[in-house]
Amino acid sequence: MKSFLPRTRYEGLRMKYIDEYRDPALARKILDAIGRKATRRWTIMEICGGQTHSILRNGIDQLLPEQIELVHGPGCPVCVTPLESIERALVIATRKEVIFTSFGDMLRVPGSSSDLFMVRSQGGDVRIVFSPLDALRIARENPQKEVVFFAVGFETTAPANAMAVYQASREGIENFSVLVSQVMVPPAMKAILSSPANRVQGFLAAGHVCAIMGYEEYEPVAREFNVPVVPTGFEPVDLLAGILETVELCEAGRAEVVNRYGRVVSREGNLAAKQTIAKVFEVTDRQWRGIGLIPASGLGLREEFSRFDACKKFDVAHIHADESPLCMSGSVLQGVLKPDGCAAFGRECTPQHPLGATMVSSEGACAAYYNYHRTFDSL
Amino acid sequence: MCLAIPGKLLERFDENGLSMGTIDVNGATTRACLEYVPEIEVGQYTIVHAGFALKIIDEAEASESLKLWQELIESGAFDIDEELPSPDQI
Ligand code: SF4
Repeated sequence: MKSFLPRTRYEGLRMKYIDEYRDPALARKILDAIGRKATRRWTIMEICGGQTHSILRNGIDQLLPEQIELVHGPGCPVCVTPLESIERALVIATRKEVIFTSFGDMLRVPGSSSDLFMVRSQGGDVRIVFSPLDALRIARENPQKEVVFFAVGFETTAPANAMAVYQASREGIENFSVLVSQVMVPPAMKAILSSPANRVQGFLAAGHVCAIMGYEEYEPVAREFNVPVVPTGFEPVDLLAGILETVELCEAGRAEVVNRYGRVVSREGNLAAKQTIAKVFEVTDRQWRGIGLIPASGLGLREEFSRFDACKKFDVAHIHADESPLCMSGSVLQGVLKPDGCAAFGRECTPQHPLGATMVSSEGACAAYYNYHRTFDSL
Repeated sequence: MCLAIPGKLLERFDENGLSMGTIDVNGATTRACLEYVPEIEVGQYTIVHAGFALKIIDEAEASESLKLWQELIESGAFDIDEELPSPDQI
């Protein structure tokens, strides 16, 4: 059996709110409890790419009793940002007057024929930032330039992106704009559950999305589709406790939302963050890479903030793009296909030469499978 | 992008009209906007995402749930002692 719990570069340091949740003895006991509780097969999806990464890194999928199958959800923002958004980003980033700013993991995401790194190597001013407020600072310091931030992500980045736009408006910083590709979890869950190919019987909800939005909005999903939903965190004990709760709810036939991440998640979420999101953004239809259009699944700028919309400022809204037919990431993102079920996996498609976005981001299921061994027997 | 780990607030300051803070994440310090956790105090732990503190970690709840898991497990409450529903009941 694979040894539990990886060595980290922090080893030796006691880390509050982390070490306790990596306790191998506690994790082992919860694993045993899962084994005793599960009387039949259950398929559980973790939505969040961060959780997928942690599950594979810690070998949780292999330690679980064989009745429990984990399938990996669409919760990797890099993976679901649609090709057309990437193409628009590339066109904007190539312009002479533009400083294009982005979270680092978007730079290698392949468009149809290029990526942001290539634009940079050809002289484009493409910069990595950790926060949209850093992009705003660059705009403040470079009034002669147009600074664009690639505002991608789930509900976890929405509060930051909304505040950057709100602050730009407050300060009157007009050389700042955002290319928005903001998506939301509940509509994606509904799309997965509505699919005829759906196998998911219970969900681990993404802890940090719930930290902002609360878990109230999952209650109607649980009722309508008759599935339990359990918000949980990222450490092994959090994940296992979440899986145990999901199994117990499945076994009891209870389609409820039960929070297993109480130190971070409350039912109502972060009200201040939700208010700012609602002030700046409104709900729109959104394309998901590999999946297609999901109605009312994204956020776009409200009319009052449309002067900060990079799509309008640089007139790129007409750019559309089609996915490569080789990549199966749509099925991977919906939990229908495991990455190693894709014919290109580990052959034409590797983290060094990714064909699809799920191989680019370390939170993508294909990259996680590649990096953590789940594989090569068949290759 | 979504792997946020807890950090501890070291100091607060204002910048361009926004409430900001210096946060220690495992020995590395980083800056974060505190507008979404206005009640945070120096010394408290928070989750940080994309340069924003998003939730103060609930210490009482954290130790409570750990204690509960330990106790449940040690008491043997997870042992099968009740009759389990058969699959066709579900
Ligand atoms: S292995 Fe590569 S080609 Fe296959 S689904 Fe994953 S990203 Fe797409």
